[in-house]
Amino acid sequence: MELSTDVLMDMHRRMVRIRLFEETAGALAEAAKLPGFLHLYVGEEAVAAGVCTTLSDDDQITSTHRGHGHLVAKGGQFNEMMAELMGKSTGYCKGKGGSMHISNLEVGMLGANGIVGAGSPIAVGAGFANKYRDDGNIAVAFFGDGSTNIGAFHEAANMACALHLPVVFVCENNEYGEFTPRDQTMAITDIVDRAAGYGMPGVIVDGMDVVAVHEAALEAGARARRGDGPSMIEAKTYRYYNHHGVQNLGLKYRTDEEVATWRERDPIFTFEERLIEAGTATRDEFDAIWADLRADIATAIEFAETSPLPEPDQVLVDVYTVSDAVLSGTGSSESGS
Amino acid sequence: MSRKLAYGQAFNEAVRQEMAADPDVFCAGEDIGAFGGVFGTFAGLQAEFGERRVVDTPISEQAIIGLGLGAAVSGLRPIVDIMFMDFICVAFDQIVNQAAKIKYMFGGSATVPLTITTGGGGGLSAAAQHSQSLEALLCHIPGLKVVHPSNPYDMKGLMTSCIREDNPTVMIKHKRLLGMQGEVPEERYAIPLGSANILREGGDVTVVAWGNMANESVAAAERLAADGIEVEVIDPRTLQPLDTDTIVESVRKTNRVVVVHEAVRFGGLGAEVAAQIQEHAFDHLDAPVGRIAAPFSPVPFSPALEQHYLPNADSVAAGIRDALARPGA
Repeated sequence: MELSTDVLMDMHRRMVRIRLFEETAGALAEAAKLPGFLHLYVGEEAVAAGVCTTLSDDDQITSTHRGHGHLVAKGGQFNEMMAELMGKSTGYCKGKGGSMHISNLEVGMLGANGIVGAGSPIAVGAGFANKYRDDGNIAVAFFGDGSTNIGAFHEAANMACALHLPVVFVCENNEYGEFTPRDQTMAITDIVDRAAGYGMPGVIVDGMDVVAVHEAALEAGARARRGDGPSMIEAKTYRYYNHHGVQNLGLKYRTDEEVATWRERDPIFTFEERLIEAGTATRDEFDAIWADLRADIATAIEFAETSPLPEPDQVLVDVYTVSDAVLSGTGSSESGS
Repeated sequence: MSRKLAYGQAFNEAVRQEMAADPDVFCAGEDIGAFGGVFGTFAGLQAEFGERRVVDTPISEQAIIGLGLGAAVSGLRPIVDIMFMDFICVAFDQIVNQAAKIKYMFGGSATVPLTITTGGGGGLSAAAQHSQSLEALLCHIPGLKVVHPSNPYDMKGLMTSCIREDNPTVMIKHKRLLGMQGEVPEERYAIPLGSANILREGGDVTVVAWGNMANESVAAAERLAADGIEVEVIDPRTLQPLDTDTIVESVRKTNRVVVVHEAVRFGGLGAEVAAQIQEHAFDHLDAPVGRIAAPFSPVPFSPALEQHYLPNADSVAAGIRDALARPGA
């Protein structure tokens, strides 16, 4: 398949946006400028960018606890994302969700998720709504290799197939469930082997190759859109940093050599080399893109740092949707008494 | 002209009428399609609305809730059925960590018009995994609403509200009440969530009870009336949010109160009701808040044991007499 220059450059831009956002977030966390947990997506950019460039804002995705990359790739803006990570009232979730629950329904991003495996059943529901309305939209569930050991994944995969829903399951196999290697937690090498058990096709792609991911996502998406049901993509990828944070506690559970080997296959740098070689873009053009996006990041930090913190009275706001159907019944809930 | 319907039929009628009125309403669950649900509460709905809107699912409680949640945040108005209340435990992550919190975690941007229906309660020798009353677990979770009707009229009106409600709501159908007959208007009507019902007025003592225990409490009250004891029975109907105002107002009048539930006593919702009463009506109490509830064990199988386990009109009447035995101020 011959992808247009626009699509290629769009994928590149989305990957660079993810990389810069995550590197910046990591640096801020190490400087103790971000509260809470931080699970960085650096190294896996090609998966989110390759898939999300096949989706519109009306297609939904569900994500994982490593979810910033998915939101950036789906169209999330730096300002609101950085503000959310800092717990500011201007964040996408008004400072109530943070890194692990970052979301933006306007671009179809149904949330990062602090519970491993929990996003997939929600994607099934989004896919159900698409089929119910026959609107031609699809839902994509991003999930990690580790989450396929959880019951929720099994139920979601089976349900999507049983009901022939327009859902694409995208596994980001980064070879580690938190700090434990994949081969210690399952007796198979390829996650995609599980797809056949649900009756859906599955394909393995090089998760460091954004074009390969994109083409697989196009095919799986087309299948879902034409009513032929779910499929699974397993993207073999790698996270450069620790499960949590950058260096986390400094504990060794993988070798420096292993990390270095994967870094040699960096999804952004190898892609740039390919595009330069093919004459699609020049080094100078790429440098300009990085510089532009770095400026955007600087703006986002400024925006987030100068944004107000949420007022304490916001604790009780947004617990419930207030509508006419609800009677005062004052009493009960702490919010009412 | 008055018309009688069974509790289960009242549920069915609410679903049918709301489905007819709103094309975004659909049902999904185990065996609810052609079979109509193991309790028959979904009978005839698939025949009327088709397989698109009344969906048989795999036995997958997590994915059933996920199906409803994902569809709800995508703009539909799902009714998803968890056959027995005990099975909500299988789906607890999707209910507690996802459905209840998604609006809050997303800073208010998500709306979750999701109704989870389930069969609760004991009395059928269904043993420890098919008889529980787990409402306290659900009422403890910010973001959820919990509804538990005691009669057919309330069932229809409350189920209608649940479906129209824009928050995740758990409708507990008491399995033992499915055949209970009562007057139910044919037209659509909604009983607002969070409004208690005074089932019986009285000035001597207040009883707060829900589900089947509301009916057992009324039976106890009728028995005590023969001895000149006037019991006011309040059925909160909605357990979250709880209509504390109505309860407190009654206690201020009677000065004595007993809370009755089918769930185990320790950590049951009765403890919260008692706490609310002492916070809001401490100076009006002539006796400690009484609690009549199940002992702290799983629900036993043998009818001989279960009969002993579940509160009933006898034990409620005895509890009320205890509350009255203490001299007043």
